[in-house]
Amino acid sequence: MGDARDLLVVGAGPAGMAAAWRAAQSGSRVTVVDDNPAPGGQIWRGGPPEAQVWFERIRSVDVEVIGGARVFGQPQPGTLLAETNNDICELKYSRLVLATGARERFLPFPGWTLPNVMGAGGLQALAKTGLPIDGKRVIVAGTGPLLLAVAAYLRTHGANVLFIAEQASSMQLARFAVGLFSKRSQAFKLKRQLKNVPYLSGCWVTEAHGKEKLESVTLVRGAKVRRVKCDYLACGFHLVPNIELAELLGCATESGTVKVDEFQQTTVPNVYSAGETTGIGGLELSLVEGEIAGLAASGKHEAARDLFPFRAKQRKFADLLNRTFALREELKHLPTSQTIICRCEDVTLERLREHHSWRAAKLQTRCGMGPCQARICGGAVEFLFGWRATSVRPPMLPVRISSLIRK
Amino acid sequence: MPETVTLVVNGVSVEMPAGSMVSAAILKTGTHAFRRSVTGEPRGPLCGMGICFECRVTIDGEQHCRSCQTVCRNGMDVRTDG
Repeated sequence: MGDARDLLVVGAGPAGMAAAWRAAQSGSRVTVVDDNPAPGGQIWRGGPPEAQVWFERIRSVDVEVIGGARVFGQPQPGTLLAETNNDICELKYSRLVLATGARERFLPFPGWTLPNVMGAGGLQALAKTGLPIDGKRVIVAGTGPLLLAVAAYLRTHGANVLFIAEQASSMQLARFAVGLFSKRSQAFKLKRQLKNVPYLSGCWVTEAHGKEKLESVTLVRGAKVRRVKCDYLACGFHLVPNIELAELLGCATESGTVKVDEFQQTTVPNVYSAGETTGIGGLELSLVEGEIAGLAASGKHEAARDLFPFRAKQRKFADLLNRTFALREELKHLPTSQTIICRCEDVTLERLREHHSWRAAKLQTRCGMGPCQARICGGAVEFLFGWRATSVRPPMLPVRISSLIRK
Repeated sequence: MPETVTLVVNGVSVEMPAGSMVSAAILKTGTHAFRRSVTGEPRGPLCGMGICFECRVTIDGEQHCRSCQTVCRNGMDVRTDG
């Protein structure tokens, strides 16, 4: 894409698709770029039936979709660089929507690095992309509404989901259940799909066992400790916004989310952000934020304003969600001194404890300096030590040397 | 019948539905350790979305490919390092 488009959207999940659709409808020339081969983001991976209305909307307008391209830097304002499997592309824009979504938060516990211990969304993504799961014994654990969706998906596809271990207490969950009244149809569908799958509140994994791969899991619930054999542990602790690109572009952030105004514009003019990047809020909030960003970025501020009340309602639900699934203190004590915290560089808790800041720990131990660039250990270190990464530098991802020395 | 593709993982032929990711094909062959960590631990996919880099393998001679973001193609040669 050599010529500048009116609007470039980074991320082809719900927020990005909604932004692209609204902007294209408003007459903007739109390009969407995503690191996955196909659009849909994480939640709509594989194009499930409930997403078809949005896929159809994107097809109905003139939007250029570039898949399999990982944005890694901005050589100058108005241009992003992305790497594909065998090339790089230069993406020029006059307005930009960052809809880079979220990733799972992983918390370390003994054994969490064993093969077949995966994220909850991680195992679901594998199952959606060809992993046969029928008859496999799966424990779904961690926290957040994603656990329910994942368990339902895996079960529908033949997995033997033994139970769901949710760290939040039954009292916290009861408040959430009341809040779910606004999402009744979704809740009932999940309940039907999860019939006879125990949902254990106040329960969490303390250790995963195995030699070359996972064999069993130890869990605690109140005073009870038990060990259960399984094939997969799908374990994630809610979500962390992907704000690295926003930070690289100089957008202000607050508590790990991108700061935006009422039109979803960041502190950098003409750069907007929508969806989980602005705070974890789920599908409906992502869609409406994307629509508002797409409209505002096309100059349709009045039309965008009409969507404010619906966004406000969804934000209230998001607040409830984040309160309900707040992480309990006990989880900070799961890793032992020998537990690996940084999986890229195999840095143990013991080695991190010698340091007083993220920067010192990085310099002395290489924690967070491997291929994932702290995208996995960062969320854990933040929870365990209260350290947050202070800067993002290009390239945002490991890229080929040839991508850096173009021309 | 859905379309399928056939690839080779560590010398073993495996048939997958079209559109499947290489990570799923590797697990289907019974290989769980995709690579060894810097201290020699076995590792396999964690995030499933291209972020953790734990699923990296060699595909058609190119090292460090993220198998969870690579779509299976006919005749692909995949090597794990676990």
